[in-house]
Amino acid sequence: MNNLIKYSLFGSMLLTQVVAAKSIAIVGAKVHTMSSKGTVDNATVLIKDGKIQKVMQGDAALAGYEIIDATGKVVTPGLIGASTSLGLVDVGFSAGTNDSNSSLTSISKTGAAFDVSYAINPDSSLMAIARIEGVTSAATSMGRTGQLFNGQGALISLADISDPVLQARGFISTRVGNGGADTMGGSRSVLWVSLEKALAEAKFAIGKSLTPKDEWHGELSRADIAALIPVVKGEIPLLVDARRAADIRQVIALKQRQPQLNIVITYATEGWRVAKALAANSIPVILDPEANLPFGFDQLGSTLKNAGRLATAGVKVSIGMETHNIRLARQHAGNAVANGLSWDQGLAALTINVASLYGIDDNLGSLEAGKVADVVIWSGDPLEVTEAAELVLIAGEPIDMQSRQSKLRDRYLKLQTDKPMQYVRP
Amino acid sequence: MKILDNKRQLFKLAAVAGLVALVGCSDSDKDKAKEPAFQINQNPFPSTYKPIASKSVLITNATVLDGIGGVFNDSSVLLQDGKVVGIGIDLTVPDDVTTVDAKGKWVTPGIIDVHSHLGVYPAPGGTAHSDGNEATKPVTAQVWAEHSIWPQDAGFQRALAGGVTVMQILPGSANLVGGRGVTVKNLPGSTVQDMKFPDAPYGMKMACGENPKRVYGKKGGPSTRMGNVAGYRQAWADAQDYQRKWDKYYSDHEAGEKGAKVPKRDLKLETLALALKGEILVHMHCYRADDMGTMLDVMKEFNYKIAAFHHAVESYKIADQLAQAGVCSAMWADWWGFKLEAYDGIQENVPMVHAAKACAIVHSDSDLGIQRLNQEAAKAWANGRRAGINISQADAWQWLSANPAKSLGIFEQTGSLEKGKNADVVIWTADPFSTYAQAEHVYLDGALIYDRSDPASWPVSDFELGQPGEGDSK
Repeated sequence: MNNLIKYSLFGSMLLTQVVAAKSIAIVGAKVHTMSSKGTVDNATVLIKDGKIQKVMQGDAALAGYEIIDATGKVVTPGLIGASTSLGLVDVGFSAGTNDSNSSLTSISKTGAAFDVSYAINPDSSLMAIARIEGVTSAATSMGRTGQLFNGQGALISLADISDPVLQARGFISTRVGNGGADTMGGSRSVLWVSLEKALAEAKFAIGKSLTPKDEWHGELSRADIAALIPVVKGEIPLLVDARRAADIRQVIALKQRQPQLNIVITYATEGWRVAKALAANSIPVILDPEANLPFGFDQLGSTLKNAGRLATAGVKVSIGMETHNIRLARQHAGNAVANGLSWDQGLAALTINVASLYGIDDNLGSLEAGKVADVVIWSGDPLEVTEAAELVLIAGEPIDMQSRQSKLRDRYLKLQTDKPMQYVRP
Repeated sequence: MKILDNKRQLFKLAAVAGLVALVGCSDSDKDKAKEPAFQINQNPFPSTYKPIASKSVLITNATVLDGIGGVFNDSSVLLQDGKVVGIGIDLTVPDDVTTVDAKGKWVTPGIIDVHSHLGVYPAPGGTAHSDGNEATKPVTAQVWAEHSIWPQDAGFQRALAGGVTVMQILPGSANLVGGRGVTVKNLPGSTVQDMKFPDAPYGMKMACGENPKRVYGKKGGPSTRMGNVAGYRQAWADAQDYQRKWDKYYSDHEAGEKGAKVPKRDLKLETLALALKGEILVHMHCYRADDMGTMLDVMKEFNYKIAAFHHAVESYKIADQLAQAGVCSAMWADWWGFKLEAYDGIQENVPMVHAAKACAIVHSDSDLGIQRLNQEAAKAWANGRRAGINISQADAWQWLSANPAKSLGIFEQTGSLEKGKNADVVIWTADPFSTYAQAEHVYLDGALIYDRSDPASWPVSDFELGQPGEGDSK
């Protein structure tokens, strides 16, 4: 073995300086591949040219590989933030521009056309804060437009790179619960007619030319139509925020009327009450497994058991609805596991299930030959709150395990009195 | 708290002295003039809390954290007559004791949350239930959170399943002075009085920084941090003036002066004056180190005490000063960035404050967070260790029970498993520093008020009765 680096927390900083090689071998860890290979003990993960080359049990010929000894550690695919506004917001509140929100404009009558791929800022401090804790990619979208749709979201890498967008216009979000009704005239009676109408117009427009010289008598703007066509074709998912059982049933009925739609339900607070129907209609969910209070009359049946019951019924569950603290998605998943979700599904909810619902599972979400090498080496069980990411690789590159927060910590670890703290450069 | 006890003592002495003077006076005119001085009823909404009747309980074979830094392996804890009798292996137990085998399980004091809005911002939300901020004037010390608490908030039961036995419910942070907070026991009741912790001192909520200036910026001010500080100082100055009027009244009355006029009561200044005296404990929402630094000086200027800065995301920057001032920091493990004054939040804040020998508290300010404060402490503890701050789990549990109890002035009654204290106890299914650990049994004053293994015994709020998921495992 050449260049064996004894792995440790502070070794990881050394590592980032040393490892510039294209080929890396992570040896000795318990590896949760999230592929058909399952969990491999004492595994070797070979990484070449930014991709996973191989995951195998035991030793391999490692000439030419930079070796990371991860004995006693746990390795998983990088976590994928399932529902975030990463890259769009630094401080959401009273602190200047926040690209995750918008007010009404004339370019769109529904909010469908808005496109966050123009707004992603890879230098946002949130990026490093999330990635050093194992979140390597994310779905990001607007949180509020005041309209029917929350715009077109993007899939992004959290690597420290100039162009983090993996897929622009990767999905569109809407809301059919109380929040959606409040936005759309105050009633589901208005909301659903608006939603059906928007989808119908987009469907009608498939294959038609909609240049400025073409006639168009629909109610949606041309920009909205262009954005919605991939949704009605089922090419990108439509994320629908639905919470009470009755709302979820309406969404299932929509899917039955229009089977080509690729529908994902978000929140799905009372999803457990209609779990079989969700499974039967192959509708996956993204949820917050800790939301267990009747925050509104559309969330009366909320329970910590939701994720476990849905998964048991065969629904694919994804977890991770946060932005500043998307790093806590693994705690959320851990709590879902404490309340009935299997551990494997808990980790899948942070990785392969997310990749699968966004259709990026050919590249992300598991450790399989040919996939992008987004890999996290954990001190132990990643769903345990006391464990941590010790080294993160994105696209095969070990990242700098520092963030603005780690620097603040290091500055203030020892309060000095001889000079102002601003002179301390950690 | 000692200070409080002394003050109460002084108050009693003064009353007795007045009586003696009255008896010893021979002049009949003076007798008439010396009717008893007007006394303000300081407890117009007395607690009607009654513990549930309990038998003696012996918890055996557990890993026990006593809450003040001690850990006892394979030990027993005896609860009798609602009190903790002791921890050990050779306890003398009564004949009718109920034994609970806690092999492989952990036992801790009940969790105390110093910052909750359960009941004042209950679920379901909406303006009908938005009772936590009297956002009509920047200083509303006259309002009391207990008059907003809806005891049917299902959040109380959720918190119970998380091992929370006691909490302080505070007004929100829209105001410079938001009003009185109240300490309650987490046993459901029909009225808030049923939940009030008997004889707990009141808290008073104050707020630094962004919230008051945002709320009042277009409503007559303050609109800046400097405006905020002028507001606190004027409020304290008014309270001093008010107190002088009452002091004068009592001394005039005492001296038998004719025409000693009872001052007009001002409920706002009354609360502020009691806070100045230390009879009401000041709990102040404050994020930034510089805001806290300013308030430490305001505290000195008006000679009062801040029990704790709440949220305190930058306490790590001035932990030494906070230790010196004896002011606690009530903190989240890792919340940050939702507003600018929270931008410098770090995950080592709690252990760094602890390491500076300042008083550290883990709080929730959340109806979800309150359900897993043990995990919040666990994250802070683990992040501290990774940064080289080695704190034992037993010491770290002070963040959840003892330190909150001290900041609420109830540590003589609860907050640790010391002999004679209220038997507020949690049995955890596993090491409570694990995501997978859950509160299995929760005892309040010795009574088993939550048993995870017996769904039929769980309390269900009136609001959830007859609704989807009634009685479900929540």
